[in-house]
Amino acid sequence: MLRLILKKLGLLIPTFIGVTLVAFFSIRQLPGDPILLLAGERGVSPERYQELVERFGYDKSIWLQYLSYLGDLFQGNLGNSFVTKQPVLSEFLTLFPATVELSVCAIIFAVVIGLPAGIIAAVKRGKTLDHSVMTTALVGYSMPIFWWGPLLIILFSGFLGWTPVSGRISLMFWIEPVTGFMLIDTLLADEPGAFASAVSHLILPSIALGTIPLAVIARQTRSAMLEVLDEDYVRTARAKGLSNFRVVGVHALRNALIPVITIIGLQIGVLFAGAILTETIFSWPGIGKWMVDSIFRRDYPVVQGGLLLIAAIVMIVNLIVDLLYGLVNPKIRHTE
Amino acid sequence: MANVTQNSAPDTRFELIVNFWLHFRTNKGAVAALFFFLALVFIAVFAAFIAPHSPIEQYRDALLLPPAWTEGGNWSYVLGTDAVGRDILSRLIYGSQISLGIGVIVVSVALVVGVCLGLVAGTFRGWLETAIMRVMDIVLSFPSLLLALVLVAILGPSLLNAMIAIAIIQLPYYVRLTRASVISEMSREYVMAARVSGVGTVRLMFVTVLPNCMAPLIVQAALSFSTAILDAAALGFLGMGAQPPQPEWGTMLAEAREFILNAPWVMTFPGLAILTTVLAINLIGDGLRDALDPKLKRS
Amino acid sequence: MALLEIENLTVEFDTVDGRFRALDGVSYSIDAGEVLAVVGESGSGKSVAMLAVMGLLANNGHLWADKLEFEGYDLLKLTTKQRRQIIGKDISMIFQEPIASLNPCFTVGAQIDETLKEHTSMGRGERKTRAIELLDSVGMPESKKALKKYPHQMSGGQCQRVMIAMAIACKPKLLIADEPTTALDVTIQKQILDLLLDLQHESGMGLIMITHDMAVVAETADRVIVQYKGKKMEEADVLSLFENPKNPYTRALLSALPENATGDRLPTVSDFHLGDGGAA
Repeated sequence: MLRLILKKLGLLIPTFIGVTLVAFFSIRQLPGDPILLLAGERGVSPERYQELVERFGYDKSIWLQYLSYLGDLFQGNLGNSFVTKQPVLSEFLTLFPATVELSVCAIIFAVVIGLPAGIIAAVKRGKTLDHSVMTTALVGYSMPIFWWGPLLIILFSGFLGWTPVSGRISLMFWIEPVTGFMLIDTLLADEPGAFASAVSHLILPSIALGTIPLAVIARQTRSAMLEVLDEDYVRTARAKGLSNFRVVGVHALRNALIPVITIIGLQIGVLFAGAILTETIFSWPGIGKWMVDSIFRRDYPVVQGGLLLIAAIVMIVNLIVDLLYGLVNPKIRHTE
Repeated sequence: MANVTQNSAPDTRFELIVNFWLHFRTNKGAVAALFFFLALVFIAVFAAFIAPHSPIEQYRDALLLPPAWTEGGNWSYVLGTDAVGRDILSRLIYGSQISLGIGVIVVSVALVVGVCLGLVAGTFRGWLETAIMRVMDIVLSFPSLLLALVLVAILGPSLLNAMIAIAIIQLPYYVRLTRASVISEMSREYVMAARVSGVGTVRLMFVTVLPNCMAPLIVQAALSFSTAILDAAALGFLGMGAQPPQPEWGTMLAEAREFILNAPWVMTFPGLAILTTVLAINLIGDGLRDALDPKLKRS
Repeated sequence: MALLEIENLTVEFDTVDGRFRALDGVSYSIDAGEVLAVVGESGSGKSVAMLAVMGLLANNGHLWADKLEFEGYDLLKLTTKQRRQIIGKDISMIFQEPIASLNPCFTVGAQIDETLKEHTSMGRGERKTRAIELLDSVGMPESKKALKKYPHQMSGGQCQRVMIAMAIACKPKLLIADEPTTALDVTIQKQILDLLLDLQHESGMGLIMITHDMAVVAETADRVIVQYKGKKMEEADVLSLFENPKNPYTRALLSALPENATGDRLPTVSDFHLGDGGAA
């Protein structure tokens, strides 16, 4: 097992180097002089300009700059934000829990509804229920998040007034960030009101972000279940006199989950793309909004560092999904 | 109908198309979606004749007018007007040109470039293949929309650059798909036969092998057509795609965001336009997949 | 009273091209302690009747019968729940593809245990002892270790032994074996057939052997039913069938056996011009 992990990690290294190349050189192509941007409105004298050019190494060849960038990278130094002057890594770590919290809630929403929907559709194959579940799933799959989010706001915040419009928690509360996860922090702070507020702030963004994964999971679960329900071992399970629930929910589902888990894992990249839009719509202070704002502010170090960190996370999550696939599939786990 | 298995002699092209249509026709959703799509194409082509107003003219005396059938509506602006008094219906009609244009251009670029790279990777293998596939892996390690955003930021925000960026993020899917089917086709007898009879490599790639890899590519093209429209609208929504006053649907949504609670219709219709278009294309894509892929045919 | 009695059973399936009649008014019965062979080529509907008895017909299947009784219980009138208490316990079935018939995601032990848990009131420890005992009785080497194995770690023959162990777990009164040796190596086939017959002798259960192989029939059966295109062609005890086949189709089947070959090539069934009206 360990050897497998190391082998797969080894395969990631060239890709990761490629990612650093993209992050480094693409940001270098951004329009605008970084030093002038750094200096801001006040401008900068020619001497000071020269000094800054030397300090940041812009006078060296681009490859030397890339190497020193790689060197900094391995020491965990991703540079400082032009705007806040804070280290990019620490800003990232502060905002990251918000995105994780939102994504986890979204994926839970997607799995809790999408998985049973797919199973039911497969069991009721060809019936009205199957058609309506699958049509709904296709609508969800085609849903533009940047419209769906505002629509949810219009309905639940505007007409019904049930949920707040934006942010992570009501301004009434100040919660000391311990873990960075609002749900956990409010519980730690022992403030039930704050916890309820955090939950109500999470609902709409989670639905908005989770809808497309939900549709994908429902569709994939259905097709995986249909394939599995025709298998001989399902007939054996029925021949044992097991209940329909056990035949479908244990024997068939356990096998259908193998491809579905892969699909759920692959949604992480999709989720991140969606988080960019969802966080912008709901003013959710996470990585997605941070990246969009930084792109507009031309905050190069943040865009560069963020791009790299996000790509690294996507790669690691994909690796974990890959390993998980082996774990849920005995055929791979126990190959001698 | 059942005699079109993969190993039988290829039917004539006409038979193939008839066969395909017979399968496609059984999927009522896909057929309805096809008609919807054709209607949309018609609207896009004849936008100038259909639209009641200019998409960019601002009627200063009719700001934020609600749809005609609601109170305070005006039948000369059927779906109402936006914050600067432009007719929403006309903007939607002209917007269909942009969205369909995006789909066509992005898919053609990604398809042509992706298929060529995939053919090269699958035919020559070796270091060339490794290099191409590694680059595709790198593109895939970034969340698609994020990479598109950064690319557009580098190139400068405009519709054209948004299309380039989206074509780039879609490239890996075509390359992987083409490569995989080329590799599996290359080991088949008819390719061996062509090789033995001295067919040149380029001819082998494009004339012998490629037509037999088309089915999954066509399905992918349909699905990425809808993704392209969605992504371009998302970029427009974030201010990195089509620039105002272009009547692009995503850009219209971005402009409507401020009025989301007091003039919801400004936001409703462009979103509905995106949803129905994307849904129709996805339905067609599903129908294509069921009709083209013998393995997935419903029983 | 017969163990299982089928009278005038008809089964149809909905297909794209309309209704397809897989079984057309077939009747037969089996007594306790008897070995009945049902022979026919693929498509003769020989498995369909048994699947109907087990309640395992696909959703597009429809069945009618004048009588479908097991130990006097009317199987047609049972609710699904009542039927589930009989199948897997009093009637059990093994299938053609042993590896595909076991769930790849669960260990052999878990799959045997499940049957015991469903139909007996044994405790966990008792069930484990019983599972080992069962594996021993089907001749599984290293039965204790085998409990923890997954199907893909075993050979086809071993998988079929596990299937048999599962089928006899609750001491069934009737065991249906649907082509139990077809997918196995020739050397293993004989072992599995011997095992089935030994178990049948020991327990006195009824055994229905579905097969297309006349050699298997000769080796195992007391009585034989020959089926063709969903209809029963002939029913006879095994000796008289082989010595004096009455139906032309049976004669055709018998002459297709290698030992009956004359000349250079084996005769096939299609050499005998059979009309559909050849029913006995």
